[in-house]
Amino acid sequence: MMKINWKKVNEKLGFSILRLATGVVIFILFFIIYDIVSKGIGSVNWEFVTDKPRKGMTEGGIWPAIVGTFWVSLVTVIFSVPIGMFAAIYLNEYARQGRIVRLIRLAIRNLSGVPSIVYGLFGFSLFVLMLNFGLSVLSSGLTLGLLTLPWTITASEEALKTVPMSYREGALALGATKWQTIRSNVLPYAVPGMLTGTILGLARAAGETAPILFTGVAFFWPILPKFPDVLFKQFMALPYHLFIMSTQHHEIVKVRPLAYGTAFVLIVLILLMNTVAIWIRYRFRKKYKRI
Amino acid sequence: MSEIKLYTKKFDFYYGHFKALTDINLEIQKNKVTALIGPSGCGKSTFLRSLNRMNDIIPGTIVEGTVALDGKDIYDKNIDVVDLRRRVGMVFQKSNPFPKSIFENVAYGLRINGERNRGKITHHVEESLKNAALWEEVKDRLDTSAMDLSGGQQQRLCIARALAVQPEVILMDEPASALDPIATQKIEELIFELKDDYTIVIVTHNMQQAARVSDFTAFFYLGELIEFDETDKIFTNPSQKKTEDYVTGRFG
Repeated sequence: MMKINWKKVNEKLGFSILRLATGVVIFILFFIIYDIVSKGIGSVNWEFVTDKPRKGMTEGGIWPAIVGTFWVSLVTVIFSVPIGMFAAIYLNEYARQGRIVRLIRLAIRNLSGVPSIVYGLFGFSLFVLMLNFGLSVLSSGLTLGLLTLPWTITASEEALKTVPMSYREGALALGATKWQTIRSNVLPYAVPGMLTGTILGLARAAGETAPILFTGVAFFWPILPKFPDVLFKQFMALPYHLFIMSTQHHEIVKVRPLAYGTAFVLIVLILLMNTVAIWIRYRFRKKYKRI
Repeated sequence: MSEIKLYTKKFDFYYGHFKALTDINLEIQKNKVTALIGPSGCGKSTFLRSLNRMNDIIPGTIVEGTVALDGKDIYDKNIDVVDLRRRVGMVFQKSNPFPKSIFENVAYGLRINGERNRGKITHHVEESLKNAALWEEVKDRLDTSAMDLSGGQQQRLCIARALAVQPEVILMDEPASALDPIATQKIEELIFELKDDYTIVIVTHNMQQAARVSDFTAFFYLGELIEFDETDKIFTNPSQKKTEDYVTGRFG
């Protein structure tokens, strides 16, 4: 009677399940990319990227949507990155760790789970109505900024936590103030992690439709003025444009290739943002090598 | 002529509800080496860290009693902790060089205290490295990473770094415990040379080291100061039985 080595069998079984799960994820990813690239790349050419939509959006390009997404993302960055990073520094380095701080952290974690459409409604009542910014790039950018904030704070806090206490202690023992210690001995080593998490959050925000739906995105807005007027105008955006082309257009079958083209451009944009994040992290890591 | 640089009176220390130190009354003499010995967990490191208020950064710690530097209570509300830590420097058990160049490590203390003059900084860095007996070994590679140095060199770098801010007191928390015998010997020689200009308080697990290096020894046990006297007396003719048991190796 052959003796079965159950330990080995269990191990092989375990690894097979893990490999299978990984395989499923990779497969889904490749399927999505393949689908969008194969159906969208036909529509993407120089005209598509630089021209505005024509003939009831059955022809032309998506340039206004690209510009709109750019401006909104810019507002989001300027709003959420400093606030998020400084909030994380305060929570992790300065605040007395007690029940109140725990409650604040809990609130932040929960905020990251709030549906984006709820953010949209909140942004509408706060920025559009109450602060009177109206339907605009500013309102949308700020709303997306709120959406990104929990991500930025959490990622930044995690990055700060990985900096060893000994870096701080060594500096304090030499007579450095808390801020001097943080600026010279903590931040440089936390920034790669902070930036990575932040940019990932921003990439997600750039693709959100619901928050901008209530706060400023427009069906057709081909001309955008220069800064600063652009902030107070409505705009087109890639994710919303994708939505329109796929489901709201009066000739959706005809414009489907354009919809896929839009999706393709959106994915490339997000890929670019992630690449920038990785590059920044790489440069910082090189400059501030740790043990 | 002995002068008292630091003293503690009726000093109690709590980590939350846990009383780590009870009624410590100790006098540290100027330009002498005082060793703190005792078994693990007896409170000697806690006491050392109280002398420059490094325990402040641990949440939930409470102090009672007095710790005085040059006669002034360091826990007084009006004391500038940042300045205190410049005057009372510290070298940690596990050397913690910053992940910067050797030069920048030593220059750090100077820069944060406002020194901008490149020439002065370079001069002080060289002085400090010489005083820490590290200059010869690193003078040609000051811009390389401090992390590439050996354990003993890193520890001497930390000493140089502490010396650069020109402290009055140097606290050393088991400075040689992570080092090999040769490196340890170098550190001990260094301590001997430094005591002419600085007051030194050293925590050590190694009794032979305490006997070799210090002028005075304090024996801690379970948060209490059992005995404090000249080193010779502690190791050859202690008054307390517990002290005698410890230094002869019967426990600890």
